[in-house]
Amino acid sequence: MNELTSIKTTLKDWETDQEVRWCPGCGDYAILKAVQRTLPQIGADPKNTVFVSGIGCSSRFPYYVESYGFHTIHGRAPAFATGIKLANPELDVWLVTGDGDGMSIGGNHTMHILRRNLDCQIMLFNNEIYGLTKGQSSPTSRLGTSSPSTPLGSVDRPALPCAFALGSGARFVARGFDVSKKLPEVLKAAHAHKGAAFIEIFQNCIVYNKDVFHDFAAPKGAEDQQLWLEHGEPMLFAGGTKGLACDNEEMALNVVDVVDGDWEAAGVMVHDTKNRSLAHMLVELPFGPFPMALGVLYDDPRPTFESVVAEERERSSAGKEPNLAKLLGKGQSWTVEG
Amino acid sequence: MATVSAEQDKAAAVQDSAEPEAVVVRFAGDSGDGMQLTGGQFTLSTALAGNDLATFPDFPAEIRAPQGTLFGVSAFQINFGSSDITTAGDAPDVLVAMNPAALKTNVDALKPGGLIIADTGEFTKRNLDKAKYDVSPIDDGSLSKWDVLAFDISAMTIEAVKPFGLGNKEALRCKNMWTLGLALWMFDRDREPVVQWLKNKFAKKPEVADANIAALNAGHAYGETAELSGPLRKIQVEALEAEPGLYRTVTGAEAVSIGLVAGAQLAGLSMFFGGYPITPASAILHNLTKMKEFGVTTFQAEDEIAAICAAIGASYAGQLGVTSSSGPGIALKGEAMGLAIMTELPLVIVNSQRGGPSTGLPTKTEQSDLYQAIYGRNGDAPLPVIAARSPTDAFECAIEACRIAVQFMTPVILLTDGYIANAAEPWKVPDPETFESFPVSFLDAKNGGEQSLPYKRDDRGVRPWIKPGTPGLMHRIGGIEKGIDTGNIDYSAEVHQAQTDARRIKVENVADATPEQDVCLGGSSGKLVVVGWGSTYGPIHQAVRRARARGLDVSHVHVRHIWPLPRNLGDLLKGYDNVLVPEMNSGQFKTVLRDQFLVDAKPFNKISGQPFTIAELETAISELHG
Repeated sequence: MNELTSIKTTLKDWETDQEVRWCPGCGDYAILKAVQRTLPQIGADPKNTVFVSGIGCSSRFPYYVESYGFHTIHGRAPAFATGIKLANPELDVWLVTGDGDGMSIGGNHTMHILRRNLDCQIMLFNNEIYGLTKGQSSPTSRLGTSSPSTPLGSVDRPALPCAFALGSGARFVARGFDVSKKLPEVLKAAHAHKGAAFIEIFQNCIVYNKDVFHDFAAPKGAEDQQLWLEHGEPMLFAGGTKGLACDNEEMALNVVDVVDGDWEAAGVMVHDTKNRSLAHMLVELPFGPFPMALGVLYDDPRPTFESVVAEERERSSAGKEPNLAKLLGKGQSWTVEG
Repeated sequence: MATVSAEQDKAAAVQDSAEPEAVVVRFAGDSGDGMQLTGGQFTLSTALAGNDLATFPDFPAEIRAPQGTLFGVSAFQINFGSSDITTAGDAPDVLVAMNPAALKTNVDALKPGGLIIADTGEFTKRNLDKAKYDVSPIDDGSLSKWDVLAFDISAMTIEAVKPFGLGNKEALRCKNMWTLGLALWMFDRDREPVVQWLKNKFAKKPEVADANIAALNAGHAYGETAELSGPLRKIQVEALEAEPGLYRTVTGAEAVSIGLVAGAQLAGLSMFFGGYPITPASAILHNLTKMKEFGVTTFQAEDEIAAICAAIGASYAGQLGVTSSSGPGIALKGEAMGLAIMTELPLVIVNSQRGGPSTGLPTKTEQSDLYQAIYGRNGDAPLPVIAARSPTDAFECAIEACRIAVQFMTPVILLTDGYIANAAEPWKVPDPETFESFPVSFLDAKNGGEQSLPYKRDDRGVRPWIKPGTPGLMHRIGGIEKGIDTGNIDYSAEVHQAQTDARRIKVENVADATPEQDVCLGGSSGKLVVVGWGSTYGPIHQAVRRARARGLDVSHVHVRHIWPLPRNLGDLLKGYDNVLVPEMNSGQFKTVLRDQFLVDAKPFNKISGQPFTIAELETAISELHG
């Protein structure tokens, strides 16, 4: 997020003249709209906004947003973003990546941008498949995923992007899904967070991995499987009839029934976005026995990378003049008389 | 030193006399003995005495190899004298051997009649065994073709530092300063700069500084007072008649760092340096972190790829992006270089070459990344390549790389090597007032009527540079093939053909903005030309000079602009009957010259991790010249 002058724009101002080339029905369309809806709401300025992406279906995103955009190389968007933000901290930097781009070939860079805490928004579109290369299993594919590269089902276990993010030192972790009406709220919270904000967005690849998130992300009828977290609010779902309680002996979360809305009696925990231990438990909750934890799971800012780099540069330059002649003649020198 | 002209030919004719024109000293010891420090300080004192000089540090890849072993020997060679010095010298006149292993690995290089100074305190049974000597070579007569001065430097060092209460191990670590003291006496060098350096280095441990200074003085006093008959003598080496002005010593890594800062200043830009630790390139990262007052940001990335990608990101945002590495790291950066070529963003990539392939010889020198620099990317991906010939030349080359990068919106590779990076030379400090600036202007208004056209080319084929943050010029760039002018995705057949041609022509046009090739020694036509590039400059130059002094018709051409090659180079080479290309690789530049100009360039190759000696080049010249 950036403390910039708010600019009045509309959704239309953020659309480019480029034809959008995702498959009809792709979840990316809904995410693009959610972003274009969010940008005017946060007062974003097109000239100071930069979308940076890697390679993959999701990474075409910058071409469709009327701002500055850089479609880079596979997995490396975090590194480009780091250079951009360090060179000009005034820019509002958004990263667009996917599960292959950000968790596989670029996993290293994802880790380091998070631990450094560069101020930016990282949207990881997770569709649990390689789309652009025609459907191979990805590092988030579930065990047994059948694909052209794994015809008998994948044998490697999936990584959890949000757990990876927390483990890398992320100070903001959130989840949403493509067609959710709440996605702009999640994006706004991410933008409001000063530092690296990691957002896993479940995205439906209708061609190669259709409806894998259907159980919690179907446009209708899956609400009971969604746990929308809000800071200071009880962790309730299924219309307030269920909640998450902490079993202190097991040091684990449990699903409990809530009778007549009395969540306190049921021992339901209140969500605290600054509770890192709770965040670790939330990102690990297995879906099925538990609902999908969505919204802002963790939000506890720390100084940003670009600010500490700038401070260090100032400390290092304190009292020194940028005098080229002096630099050239530095060290032990001698004069030859004419 | 850098510039030499034909007039100096006669210098080669000067023969050894009572006061030698130049002396070569090699310090060799265990990698933990501080030989590089000793050599570095001797270099400084020598430069301060007004001698021209060149050095060659040669050390193992292991930080502390097992003590006393043959593979753990670290050496530092310096050639200094009153004439123009361009190489670290062939055969040493003096070898300082701190243990049997150092003697064994270095003695064969010593000139017949040269002087060996050996520390007998280290010639124990155990160390002799490690060096695979059955009996001590000091006693068995096997060193008879040299003068040997063997005495117990270890014991004398311990004695000298006794008052400072150091343990035996720590006391022995002052041995290198004792030896340096003796060397300074032998060549009549001032101890004061070393004393000052020790005081600074050990400011927080004054007892260590005092002990080292005492050892230094003791070594010096030994030379002065020991009534030794035989080989130990004071050798006078006259100062060079140098041009008046301010001088300092500079290594290639320092020169590149300062040159990059100067280049960014001349472009009017802040500099962003993305680096990742790798031998022998890390020194540039270390140097630049201390120059932040010039608007330098240094970023130690998580890997080589991130280092270049962050630098490209910074260039995109309007700074001068720079990255640096050595061969293996450059390989990792290849894909990102392609993106910088495709998006047409300025970038400087410094490759301090080392022996390869793979990890190869991390601490040794080689020129085997030439193909990698010119061709080593997927697709038709041309970029300008320039090569520095010496530590001081690396300064100008760094500025040149910055200039080409911003003037042509292109990544540029600057090739140095392990030898240039680590070697030191005296440098006449240039006056920044004399530098020509090349200020960058960013596009700040629409350049296509109602449209902004980020890839609209000027008559040199160069696109405008647009910084994010500029109102009204929002646009998207990327690695997918792009439409003419607009930069929007377009990979139709005719567009890819046109853009590939445009990228190639743009890089070719760099040759219009770089100097024609000159002949640095000899005539511009004749019987034989020796064509070099990079750090072979020194030995080639001396070899050609000596051959000319013997009456051979031979010239020296040294190429800085490797890609695109100077426009006149082909015609120039065709004016000679024979073209000899010595390289520290298997003949890469030779192949490029054959390919570009259809000249019958003949290779002369050395891939041993060591620079050419003048003698071996002279032989090659004589053979081809006939």
